[in-house]
Parts: sequence; C-alpha cells; structure tokens
Amino acid sequence: MTPRRRHHPWLMLGPSLAVWILFVFVPLGLSAYQSLFAWDMLTEPVWVGGANYAAIAEDGELLRILGRTLGYSILVVAGSMTLGLALALLLDRPGRLFAFVRGAIFSAYVVSWVAVALLWVLLLDPDRGVAAAVLRALHLPRIGFLTDPRAALPTLAGVTVWKITGYAMIVFLAGLRAVPRSLHEAAALDGAGALARFRYVTWPLLRPTAAFVATTSLIVSFQAFDVVRIMTGGGPARATTLFVYAVYEQIFMNLSVGRASALAVVYFVVLCVLAALQLRAWRSQTTTARGA
Amino acid sequence: MTGGRRAPIWASALAVVAAAAWVLPYAWMVVTSLKPLEEIASDPTAPLPKRPQLDAYREVFEQVPVGRYLVVTIAVAVVIGLLQIALALPAGYALAKLRFVGKKTAFALVVACLLVPPQVTFVSVFSMFAKVSLTNTFGALVLPFAASALGTFLVRQALLSVPDEIIEAARLDGASELTIIYRILAPMLRPTLVSVFLVSFVYHYSDYFWPLVMTTDDTVRTLPLGVALLKEPGSGVRWHVVMAGNVILSAPVLVLFAIAQKHLIRGVVGRA
Repeated sequence: MTPRRRHHPWLMLGPSLAVWILFVFVPLGLSAYQSLFAWDMLTEPVWVGGANYAAIAEDGELLRILGRTLGYSILVVAGSMTLGLALALLLDRPGRLFAFVRGAIFSAYVVSWVAVALLWVLLLDPDRGVAAAVLRALHLPRIGFLTDPRAALPTLAGVTVWKITGYAMIVFLAGLRAVPRSLHEAAALDGAGALARFRYVTWPLLRPTAAFVATTSLIVSFQAFDVVRIMTGGGPARATTLFVYAVYEQIFMNLSVGRASALAVVYFVVLCVLAALQLRAWRSQTTTARGA
Repeated sequence: MTGGRRAPIWASALAVVAAAAWVLPYAWMVVTSLKPLEEIASDPTAPLPKRPQLDAYREVFEQVPVGRYLVVTIAVAVVIGLLQIALALPAGYALAKLRFVGKKTAFALVVACLLVPPQVTFVSVFSMFAKVSLTNTFGALVLPFAASALGTFLVRQALLSVPDEIIEAARLDGASELTIIYRILAPMLRPTLVSVFLVSFVYHYSDYFWPLVMTTDDTVRTLPLGVALLKEPGSGVRWHVVMAGNVILSAPVLVLFAIAQKHLIRGVVGRA
C-alpha cells in the first residue's frame, strides 16, 4: 500500500507513545535515578549511592519479601489453575444451570477487590465470622486466619483463589472449545474412557492455554496489594508484607522515596524475568489459537 | 459445549455446590447489611435477619458522600475507557495496516508497556505529580491510563483481518486517514472496541490501588476508597454498614456484568 502521507504513522502512534513515555518509560528511569538518593519529599534529596539497596537488603528483609511474594503466588497459581480447570471441565455443558454457575464464579473476578477483601474479613472474623462458627460446630480448633502469622499468608492466597479462579476457568473454557469434537469421538470409538481422553486428547491440546493462564496469574499475583492493605495491613509480624505493599510502606509510611524506588527497581527486574516467561507462553498460545 | 445430551445428575449436583461457594458469600454480604447492629452482636451467624432494616444503607450515605464518589468513579472509568479507544484506534491502525521505518520497534514498545504494571511506576509517577501539584486531581487518576497497550494490541489484531481493499477504496474516494480510522474502521471493530471499553471500565471502576496512592484528600476520592474507609482500623467494626457499602459498590458492576457478560469475557480472554 502507498498511502498519501497526510498523517505519518508515527503521528498516529504519537498520542499513545506520549502517554507511555511519560507514565511508563520516564518513571522507570526516574525510579533508577531516585533510588540513589535519600529523599523524604520535604527536604532536598541527598546522594547516597547504593545505600538504599543496602538498606532494603539488610537482615535479609528483601529476600523474605521476595520469598513471601513467591510463596503466595505459587499458592494462588496452583490453586486457581487446578480449581479453574476442574470447574471448566465440569461446567463445559449446555443448559442454563451451567451457564449460571459459570457466570456466578466469574463474577468474583469482576467485583472490586475492596468488596471481596472486606467480605472475607467478616467471613473469617474469629468472633463473628461464619468460618469460625463452622469450625466450632465441627469441634475443630480455632484458627486465627488473619491473626496467626503462619495462617495469614495461605488465607490471603485462598481469598485470592476465590476471586480469580473465574479467570482461569473462563480461559480454560475457551481452550476447551478449541479442542475439535471429532478427536474426542474418535478416541471414544477406540474405547478410551473419560480419563484417558482427558490425558491423551484434551490435556495435550490445552497445555499452551495452561501455560498462558499460569504466567498471567503469576504476574497478577505478584502485583497483589489491595488484599494485603485491606485484610491484614502486611501483618501479623509482617507475615503478609508482599512486594508491592513493601514499596507502598516505604514511600507512604516511612516517607523514603529512595528506598521505595530501590524496591521498585528490584521489583521491575523480577517482573522482567516473569515477563520473559509470559512472552514465551503467549507466543505458543497465539499460534495454537490460530491453528485451531 | 459437548453435544446436546442432558448432563448427568452428579455434574448438576457438583455445579450447584460450586455455585454455592461463590453465591453464598454474596448472600452473606446482603444479609449482614440488612441486620440491625444488636443482631450482629448477639447472634452474628444467624442465617437471616430477624428484623431486616435499611438503616445501614442510610448510615453509609451519612458517613460517605456516596453520590459524589460514585460520579467521580464512573467519570474516571468512562473517560479512561473512551481515551483508550480513541488512542488505540490510530495506533493499532498504524501497526496493522501501514508500512514505515521503525514499525518493529513501535510494536516492541507496545508489548513492553503491556508488561509494566502501574505497581512498578507508581512511586515515580507519584513524585512527578507531587512536584507539579497534580496529586488529588482528576488528571492524576486518568492520564496515566489514557493509552492502553492491551487495547492497542487487540485493535491491531482485529484490524489484521480487515481486508486492505476497504481501505484502498476509501482512499480512492478521497477519505483522509482519520476518516478511514474513525468513520469506516471503528464501526467495523465495534465488538473489539466494546470489549476493550468494558474490561477497562470494570478494572478502573473497581480499582483501589491507584486512587489510594494518588489522592490524599477528598477532592477526587473514588467509591472503592470510600467503602474501604467504612471499616475503621481497630475494634468495633460496624459490619452491617461495611457490608451495605459493599453492596452499593458491587451492584453497578454486577448489573453491568449480567448485561454484557459475553463482551466482557471476550475482552478478558484476550481474543476479541
């Protein structure tokens, strides 16, 4: 094509690029720069070199934050994928009942994190909560879901699974519908049972979808903040201080832009590693989507 | 869907159990919001309120300017959605239909932006806005999201399947590139644009993180922030009021979801 160049392509990209440069690329550079200064936003910034990085890494705190975030993410990804796949297989049936159930599960993904987190704080309340009442009725010991340092992180992961399983389910459903029915019928004619058909027909065709879901939910769970801020405030005993919350803490509670920036830079590097994984999964996802 | 056969009983039963796990918590939210405070204190897990009442809702309206927060929240979400569409159309068009030097770089930039969430940039964006006194403004909530990498990507994908002949014909008729983009191609991309708008609307309507970080006072506070503030830190949470706030916050999105579920799902699955 040889369009008349009344509007150069770069001009059409211009408005979008301006936004991205201003709010993505400049901030990335600025974070790296600000991470080298001590700055409380009130007095003049003071050059401190790598001291902010040393401070956030002190006593292994950075590693603990990373480990916690990774642990939470693994729980969330494993939980939401297993449950999402099981629900997709269960609910991939015609009929209004199944359509309703699919909608009900996916709706949690759409509702605000604020509403979900507040609701679960109530449900898990040690005195007024339904969960505690159920434990009492079954004569099980009390669990401090949000007050026991060992229980708090799995609890947050569980609530997150409740919220985002609908996403995994919807993507798996789309993947299932791309599996040609003739394959299933052929396998059934050959005498393959339901389990064998899943193992040898559905799962191999679903693997790229699974990789896509895994990486997207991994990255989403690395961004967890709302659930922490509303349900636990990072406690008890920092047991739920995940990465983004730690950055937030540095800038808005410790008023340390430098350390917040240093943490943000480390966070960005970690996300880049995850993104490399995601890009690979994305590629295989689009190729199978086209092939199907 | 697997065939037209009737589903086995066990599948229906399991589906009902699954539905309960998601619907009952919502039901609990509504039930609690209708309980008087004494009932929550005396018998917190009673399945139904003895004397249902709407006092909690009145109290939410007294504690929080719900109307104003709702207007701000919807305005933020709508303006972001419209801006994203307006900017994604020409950008996606250039990437899908034009040949130019640096196209590969431009596309790589879009993909790069896809991978940098606001949680990475908020420290610097906050300090930038603070420097020019733009925190606590509508702009601080909207401008950083005016361009959507995902939206651009989806528009480009959709345009790849539009035949070049349509564009050639329009050019022969003397249409300018902007006319082609907004008058001829945009209507053809309607399903994609609706999905992009809805996904963006739902995300920004519900967003807690960005408004929390960018606002320090009441000027442009959004509804999720207002509802979160109903649960004061410490003891003595007035749960019926918090749950009433929750219902008010969730209802618009759930209604929208019920109406436009298909479009939303298409946008979320990312194959719009």
